[in-house]
Amino acid sequence: SVAICSENGGLVASKEDCSMYHKEKSIQIKNSASALYNNLGVLRIAPRRLTYFTVVHANVVNMISASWDGLNYSHRQLQSKEPNVATSTSLIMQAAFCALPSRDLLVVTSQKGIQMYESDGSIMVYWHALDTPETPTEQAVFARGISAVWENYICVGVSSGAILVFDVPSKGSNITLSEVLEEHKESITDMASECSGSQECIANLVTADDEGNLCVWKSGEEFQLLNKIPGFDMSCSSVKLWKGTVVAGYGTGQIRLYEAVTGILHAEVNAHARWIYSLDIAPFSGLLLSAAEDSLVRVWHLTMTPETNSVEVAHLHNECVTDTQICGAKFCDGDGYAFAVTGYDLSEIIRYVQS
Amino acid sequence: MSSRTLPLLFINLGGEMLYILDQRLRAQNIPADKAKKVSTIAAWIEEDRKRVMNDIITTMFNKKFLEELFKPQELYSKKALRTVFDRLAHASIMRLNQASMDKLYDLMTMAFKYQVLLCPRPKDILLVSFNHMDAIKDFVKDTPSILSQVDETYRQLIEMYTPLSSGEFQLIRQTLLIFFQDMHIRVSIFLKDKVQNSNGRFVLPTSGSVPHGTQVPGLIRIFSCTGEELTRQQFNNGGNYNAALREGSFEIFGDRVTKLGTNMYSVSRPVETHMSGTSKNSAQHTKVSAAPNPLAKEELNLLARLMGGLEVEKPGNTDSGFRVNLFATDEEEEEALISRPDELSYGVINIQATKDQQANAELAKIMGEFTESGDQSPGASSKGDDLLAMMDGL
Repeated sequence: SVAICSENGGLVASKEDCSMYHKEKSIQIKNSASALYNNLGVLRIAPRRLTYFTVVHANVVNMISASWDGLNYSHRQLQSKEPNVATSTSLIMQAAFCALPSRDLLVVTSQKGIQMYESDGSIMVYWHALDTPETPTEQAVFARGISAVWENYICVGVSSGAILVFDVPSKGSNITLSEVLEEHKESITDMASECSGSQECIANLVTADDEGNLCVWKSGEEFQLLNKIPGFDMSCSSVKLWKGTVVAGYGTGQIRLYEAVTGILHAEVNAHARWIYSLDIAPFSGLLLSAAEDSLVRVWHLTMTPETNSVEVAHLHNECVTDTQICGAKFCDGDGYAFAVTGYDLSEIIRYVQS
Repeated sequence: MSSRTLPLLFINLGGEMLYILDQRLRAQNIPADKAKKVSTIAAWIEEDRKRVMNDIITTMFNKKFLEELFKPQELYSKKALRTVFDRLAHASIMRLNQASMDKLYDLMTMAFKYQVLLCPRPKDILLVSFNHMDAIKDFVKDTPSILSQVDETYRQLIEMYTPLSSGEFQLIRQTLLIFFQDMHIRVSIFLKDKVQNSNGRFVLPTSGSVPHGTQVPGLIRIFSCTGEELTRQQFNNGGNYNAALREGSFEIFGDRVTKLGTNMYSVSRPVETHMSGTSKNSAQHTKVSAAPNPLAKEELNLLARLMGGLEVEKPGNTDSGFRVNLFATDEEEEEALISRPDELSYGVINIQATKDQQANAELAKIMGEFTESGDQSPGASSKGDDLLAMMDGL
């Protein structure tokens, strides 16, 4: 079917259903979003009919709790400050929710270290300080790249390329540093995991760095490196893992799909005209969301056919956030029924829902 | 974040400042034979204009200053950087009132914010910097001593920045964007050229050339396990892009290709800013470095050291004869000062250089005493206290 829709003020005849999603009421936030990779955290709390959002602004995390009926919003701000030290200016690189079987935590990474909070941001349960030199060095020091990993781990990347593996008990603050993985030589940009335990996965963590190198791991008391997929001198800013497939977004605007364990390249998409800032996957439907500095959010559909070991990528939908460099985009649910977007200098979370 | 951001910020803002001052000086230019006083703004003859430009450029590229600048360090706060530029703007016989200095700084920062945002690749910020450097070199092409300082700076830029990866440049860009966060001052020349909207936000086109190294979006390629391409399909990219242009030159000489960072002002295109209407954005205008800033003293020490070794010219003519106005009339300038929204005030440690020239020279002398101090130590903070107190007292 052919649909005619208006994008960027022009008329375009398109085979895709361009009204797949429509814009909903935005959520106002207290500060504007900073230009940081993956700058939107989303946690859906079904029993309480709430969704939490996090957006980073310089040294502050804006947290919003939004009720599903759209009637109640509450706001909270978390500052980046290590406890008991009265210094200022520690810029936050990322804030992300980590959903583990026993509990959900909010992890905040900055130039000074790693903070872990209860998911509502009410209490800080853990603080890990980075080795920051007395006088600044040429190589910046910060933590970036956050992922919960089956079954009780939280992994966080560091600018040196190291990956810190934290062991998280089912409750309480007795979180410990279990391992330091030193495989990457460049700053970690992002990481992602899959396998909530219901399926047996060979690989359940992928980590990415500033040179585009990807490492594939299996979690355990000692994490096992399963594969290293070399980059091509271009930063991989956002990465996802789904059904054994790595989906990676790069500074060139390309998206690549690799088979995690073998490194076989399945697909290559010239997806965006500028640096990709965020990728997300809705695991139940196979929808992929990509967002970049080029003002565009795109929705794709991934199909895996294990029998033929092949992958299909179909483009479904474009959203243009006019005059905005997008820095965060995430589905709000596992089916991809709704998604949310943040942009540099924008003081709102824009929401889209399937029509 | 990135500890290599300050040199780029300083050089590009400095470059914009020179474009604006050059334009204003030319606009206020009166041919030597017709020299007369126009209200309180004296005639700027060609010689004086060249002298001002040379003095500022000499100060900008002072060897010791640059040595400090290129050291790995966190970005200055907006306040601290503004103070550096206040000093720089007054490193010559030229004088600016508070309102004109505010406007100058607004224009400089919005121009560089625009350039950073519009750079197709983060690495292109270096090309923008080279465009500024090329123009600066042209300003001083008749003065070999300053020219060699400028050439030396090219070499330092090349040495420091050309080996950096794309990811490191993006970190620099992200650091700069935090510095420029929430700044939406409307600039007349940007509004006229339709690169800025009436709400102060820049137009980001979804058309034009893609960055060097990027393909035009639209192609999906599927591969077999052996690496052969199985299928290719096109999708609608929702924009109107064309292939990348050739890459600009990262050497001392060369075609930079990008126009970002070149001089957009001319005598016939005056610079104005609109202050009204920006207060609508005040709810979102949050200062990143909120008071009280415990680092203020630290920064001031470094600042003092940086500017300490530099002489402040004592103008032969001590009345406001060498004043430059960034507004069309004196009345407009006064009005701008009164009506400037609070949230846009830089709250700067204000050096009122238009006042007592004597006090100014004194301050410079005192600042000069700090140049010999070695590395900063906690003990230095008391000097910072004195300096702050002195400045407040001016």
